[in-house]
Amino acid sequence: MNKGIFIENVWRSNPIFMQVLGICSALAVTNLLTNTFTMTIGVTVTTGLSSLTVSIFKSLIPRRVRMIIQVLIISFYVIIVDLLLQTFFPDISKSLGPYVGLIITNCIIMGRAEACAISSPPGTALWDGLTAGFGYMAVLMCIAFFRELLGFGTLFGIRIIPAEIFLPWTIMVTPPSAFFLLGIIIWIVKPILKKQGVEV
Amino acid sequence: MTPDISAFSLLIGAVFTSNILLANYLGMCSFIAISRDINSSNGLGMAVTLVLTITGLINWLILQYILIPLGIIYLRYIVFIVVIAAVVQMLEMIIDRLSQSLYMQLGIYLPLITVNCAILGVALFIEIRQYNFLQTLAYSVGSGLGWWLAIILLAAIRKKTDKSPVPEGLKGTGITMITIGVMAMGFLGFSGMLAVQ
Repeated sequence: MNKGIFIENVWRSNPIFMQVLGICSALAVTNLLTNTFTMTIGVTVTTGLSSLTVSIFKSLIPRRVRMIIQVLIISFYVIIVDLLLQTFFPDISKSLGPYVGLIITNCIIMGRAEACAISSPPGTALWDGLTAGFGYMAVLMCIAFFRELLGFGTLFGIRIIPAEIFLPWTIMVTPPSAFFLLGIIIWIVKPILKKQGVEV
Repeated sequence: MTPDISAFSLLIGAVFTSNILLANYLGMCSFIAISRDINSSNGLGMAVTLVLTITGLINWLILQYILIPLGIIYLRYIVFIVVIAAVVQMLEMIIDRLSQSLYMQLGIYLPLITVNCAILGVALFIEIRQYNFLQTLAYSVGSGLGWWLAIILLAAIRKKTDKSPVPEGLKGTGITMITIGVMAMGFLGFSGMLAVQ
């Protein structure tokens, strides 16, 4: 598969660094790594498959109604993801609550469909969608890593810091910490990107 | 979860203690893109509140009287998103006919709203928490007002940070995220007042 697209989507123009796109549906589940992992896998699969579908049917989709058709394609895959989660991981599905459904309004998926899938062959579109999902996953897993480690002293539910010496950071469990961590990650990443000559 | 909570406390709770944006992270995309300017923030906030109230109620009615009786609740995502798109489209046409000045103020933001996660999010929260009609009304209005309040506050703060000496790497989205974090901490202070989940 094309390595250039991978680097472009995961690092150089990672949707989160560039425009803070698509965090709505996922920032809320970054308090635990397991939830974040499930959620971002869902986003990646949906992005890849809906890009593929849009690309296959691109000659049949009239330009004027393409948005609503894209939304319907995306919702189709989100329903599949949701039903799979409910069947095989009922606990995680319950704790994710409405956020699985909110993958539909994740701007990244529409963004990839509009920017790439509508004008590329199916193989490229699938790979482009998947890599955009990986880039998104990388950033959110990073946030979840710190939130779970400092908020609960665990990683993927396994205790890392012994309970006797662990003082939980209450702030990491509450919503503001996700904003702070995202801000800090952007702060670290932007100068590095700039040094590599990427226009930020 | 809490079917006996009164509509009024739900309204207040949705604005302050569980602000749809600051506590549930919904509606961030357009929030960050638009909040550069107070006037457009105001217009968007108004439009979101209006659309949220209408779609919240319509989606509740569809859920109670069509989806649940027919046992096709798994289709809710598609139904909700289509309802939202249709309501936004119709509102745009109605406002265009009724008042040109209102259209200039609100209409240009309406297309943005279809993909605003807050709208779909509220519909899904209402479904999961099993609100009744009055609670649905209160929660929809409250969420809209809360979002409106948050975007105006952020726009006002961003006006200042644009002129402040911010570290190089933090400029733009970085400092905006930190600002939202501080705002969210401020709103956390309300959480002792009411516990609405």
